Amino acid sequence: MTQRKIRVLIAKPGLDGHDRGAKVIARALRDAGMEVIYTGIRQTPEMIVEAALQEDVDVVGLSILSGAHMALCPRILELLRREGMDDVLVLVGGIIPDEDVAPLKALGVAGVFGPGTSTREIVEFIRSRVSDASAVDASGLAASAVAVGSERP
Amino acid sequence: MPSPGASLIPDLLAGSRRALAQTISAIEDGVVEAPALLSALYPHTGRAHVIGVTGAPGTGKSTLVNALAKAYRAAGKTVGVIAVDPTSPFSGGALLGDRVRMRDLAGDPGIFIRSMATRGSLGGLARATADVISVLDAAGFERILVETVGVGQAEVDIASAAHTTLVVEAPGLGDEVQAIKAGVLEIADLFAVNKADREGADRTVLVLQMMQGLAPAPTGHHRATAGSALPQPGPQEDGSWLPPILKTVATRGDGVEALREWIERHAAYLRALDGWSRREAARAATELERILRDRLLAHLLAALPADRLAQMVTAIVRREIDPYTAAEQLLTQAV
Repeated sequence: MTQRKIRVLIAKPGLDGHDRGAKVIARALRDAGMEVIYTGIRQTPEMIVEAALQEDVDVVGLSILSGAHMALCPRILELLRREGMDDVLVLVGGIIPDEDVAPLKALGVAGVFGPGTSTREIVEFIRSRVSDASAVDASGLAASAVAVGSERP
Repeated sequence: MPSPGASLIPDLLAGSRRALAQTISAIEDGVVEAPALLSALYPHTGRAHVIGVTGAPGTGKSTLVNALAKAYRAAGKTVGVIAVDPTSPFSGGALLGDRVRMRDLAGDPGIFIRSMATRGSLGGLARATADVISVLDAAGFERILVETVGVGQAEVDIASAAHTTLVVEAPGLGDEVQAIKAGVLEIADLFAVNKADREGADRTVLVLQMMQGLAPAPTGHHRATAGSALPQPGPQEDGSWLPPILKTVATRGDGVEALREWIERHAAYLRALDGWSRREAARAATELERILRDRLLAHLLAALPADRLAQMVTAIVRREIDPYTAAEQLLTQAV
């Protein structure tokens, strides 16, 4: 009776308070059957990574309109790595100049989605990238349960 | 390649928040190893005080949970928070937004917040909520605050999952009628009238008191005579507990410390009168029944040919058989 769901954190780092886009994405992902944790505006990189860790999400979606993406994204990716969450898919949406896309991807951002991206495109991207990872998780857990079982008196 | 999950339980018990989060996911997703994980954790449970926070949408449950968690941190207690929101019956997805009101709690290692979707469960909690409570308990959190979905009148599962149930009301939500018919009110160990700075808060308190049989109806002819001793909330002489009604303004923290003290008083009352073990027994019975029901159903379905259930459903829809006879036949065939 497994009911594995894709879990996504949608966060707005930085100081701009325009969260319409983030909310539209959150709703679209929910309508695609995902569990979306929405954290609201003005989140620090530390708050975002802490929430991602506690909620054990597969995906972190960052909405950045302020132009601070080249400062915020590296920090968030670094903190995720420090927590051992390198396998989390990091997506960035908002206003990202073309010349920044390649550097962001080099840093480890899996996808950059600018204005005009259809929500379906984002849903498909997440589905194609997350399904593989969950299989690895399950095999790890199997080993854990066996190990625990054998330790018990 | 070494498996990342192999040390999940030892890591969790050693305080790894990542292992804790991954264990919760495994249990929520119902992976095949979930029962083994829960069995391994069970000896480490039984220490936490589980506090349910329930009430209608818009009463300020999330903000009150945020404020209560801060009060508990100030009192030196570690706090686990489970915030349940509904799953969409159409898409199976969910929008979990309670963290928006809990941002004050960020950055505190003594706090762990987890959002849960109901995933089709109707009682105000998710089916795995009781198990996730156990996981947080095993991880050593001393108080566990469980915020239900915004409930109406029948979503009372929290009462069998928590030691102490807090029902949150707010002025101006049509409380008078609600108070009379609401089953949710009967599960309360404490009431909080939140948003008490709003007009009508005293009236909401009065309505709740009337419901408890303490106050005369404001329009009634028989006013309580001066000096007649109304019972004080808390433990009564007959061993029962009269729920206190407390005014709070969660956004400012007003009344929250008093609320926290009353929650502690309720725990002390339960412990003193053996009520704690009675509630533990009720929780265990509910859990065991749920597990048995799930396992029996899985067992039964496994014993039937794959399409047998679907055939039976079609036959019922065609009025070729009634659901009771169908169930009887399936049982006979499986056993």
